[in-house]
Amino acid sequence: MPEAVISAQNLVKKYRVKGKPDFVAVDGLSFEVAPGESFGLLGPNGAGKSTTMKMIGAVSTRTAGDLQILGLDPDRYGPEIRSRLGVVPQQDNLDGELNARENLYIYGRYFGLPGKVCHEKADELLAFAQLEDKAKNKVDQLSGGMKRRLTIARGLINDPRILLLDEPTTGLDPQARHVLWDRLFRLKERGTTLVLTTHYMDEAEQLCDRLIVVDKGRIMAEGTPASLIREHSSREVLEVRFGSDRNEQVAAELQGIGDRVEVLPDRVLIYAHDGEAALERVTASGLHPLTSLVRRSSLEDVFLRLTGRSLIE
Amino acid sequence: MSLSSVGGPAGSQEQRDGAHPTLDELRAEALEWGRKPRRYGSWYVTEHMVRAMRAYGWTIIVGALGQPIMYLLGLAVGLAALIQVPVISHGSEVGYLVFVAPALLVTAAIAVASEEMTYPVMAGFKWRRYFYGFNASSLSSPQIAHGVIAGATARMFVAVGAYYLFLWIFDFFVETVPHPETGWLSIPVGVAAGLAFGIPLMAYAGSIQDDKGQFALVQRFIFMPMFLFSGTFYPLETLPVALQWIGWVSPLWHGAELGRVATYGAGIAPGMIVLHVVYLIVLMVAGYLWGRRIFIERLAK
Repeated sequence: MPEAVISAQNLVKKYRVKGKPDFVAVDGLSFEVAPGESFGLLGPNGAGKSTTMKMIGAVSTRTAGDLQILGLDPDRYGPEIRSRLGVVPQQDNLDGELNARENLYIYGRYFGLPGKVCHEKADELLAFAQLEDKAKNKVDQLSGGMKRRLTIARGLINDPRILLLDEPTTGLDPQARHVLWDRLFRLKERGTTLVLTTHYMDEAEQLCDRLIVVDKGRIMAEGTPASLIREHSSREVLEVRFGSDRNEQVAAELQGIGDRVEVLPDRVLIYAHDGEAALERVTASGLHPLTSLVRRSSLEDVFLRLTGRSLIE
Repeated sequence: MSLSSVGGPAGSQEQRDGAHPTLDELRAEALEWGRKPRRYGSWYVTEHMVRAMRAYGWTIIVGALGQPIMYLLGLAVGLAALIQVPVISHGSEVGYLVFVAPALLVTAAIAVASEEMTYPVMAGFKWRRYFYGFNASSLSSPQIAHGVIAGATARMFVAVGAYYLFLWIFDFFVETVPHPETGWLSIPVGVAAGLAFGIPLMAYAGSIQDDKGQFALVQRFIFMPMFLFSGTFYPLETLPVALQWIGWVSPLWHGAELGRVATYGAGIAPGMIVLHVVYLIVLMVAGYLWGRRIFIERLAK
């Protein structure tokens, strides 16, 4: 196994809050990312994912622990590390006054790239982001999906070794998400190391080779999407709805069907190897759900199992 | 898709071949790439700040040209016509326009500072968040502060330079700059006073989390009183002692007094000249240290 390009040991970040004990956003995370790997941090809002990303991005300083990015300590070599990273922040910080092409050009200048190189790169990346016909449009006139693609393009201006993506598709419509995933796949194929945070399990399943599930600043589980599902959930899930006021009551009668029963406000989840068989047992016991659905287990189920909470609240 | 490598300082990207470089190679590459931004990063930010000014370039030009014309005409044709008696400044008599000209020139720089070191800082941290974009690249937090200062300085030179040009032109009709051989020194003096006011203001702007109209208050309750009570339109000594302190603390007064030495050789004691210079430097340095800390802390969260 090649040496890790990111190595975090007991990473801690605390924030001072006036008149209260320190807020611990990241509480002893340890993980490593191999070159070319696509690594994900999955967790609900406030889990400490963004803070971790900012520390990996050599922007936010850690409170304790050890962190090495590309073999360098971010406390001392921030500019050097950042010169080889691409960053796609959660909140777009494109320059709305400039047009799409100028945004790419000027960002290249921050890395000390010569003007000519920035111009060439800007054209290439506009093509990559499928924004060639929007090159002269001011950023404020672009749609959310286009802005995100432009931000990704901007993050690639320096041919980064590692691309950091914080919630890359949050707020995008399904079509825009798929276009974006496609672009990220291509980067992955090129061998760019991707690190991304998401609270969408389908996104994590699509894009990540390996991921950590984070909650309250701690790692709950680590592995490939498939192994996490295998380890922490059943093969299939049966979702049944009896109406929001009856779900709780019916759940008691469903115990014993499948491996485990989980009650959510709007539905009951039955974890089972064979979802159809479980559904037959439900109806055989005289219960008639308003709707039913059999699906494969997902990371959402893993998360629910590990934390007792749903990812999107 | 073509995404061929065009290379930066360290050149190629062999990732596509599947063979990953070793950690030592990656480290060496990062150190190499970091060299230029570490040295020139402040100028990259300056480039951005000046580019951003193009969005309101028109107001910069009109302000730089229109303001001196208005003030000088208004004062020369109006007020100076009324005030026929010369002003007694530091023991010698000078024409009214000669007396106010250096102070107006310094005011022009301070007016630029009150714009360029407030709203763009708020935009960078909050409204448009482009400081975070800078900071995600190889630029460092202090370099961002440097770029804000350098960008504002560039605009101050334009404003003050234009002012001086008009003073020089007016001088053909009414005396404004009796000592042109040293008078041009009022340009760097004006910029220094602008920065002595602007750099602490930049730090303050960086410390504001929410815009609740603080900048308008700065305009009304700091800039305006400073303009009116800093010996701009009359010697500071004319004011009751109880009000003179406004001038003593104001970079405008210190800058204007230095400007007066430059444009008409005002008889100010050498010790006082040193004091004026030192005061402006202290404000700049203290403002810089404060601002630097604010920028580092705010961006490192």
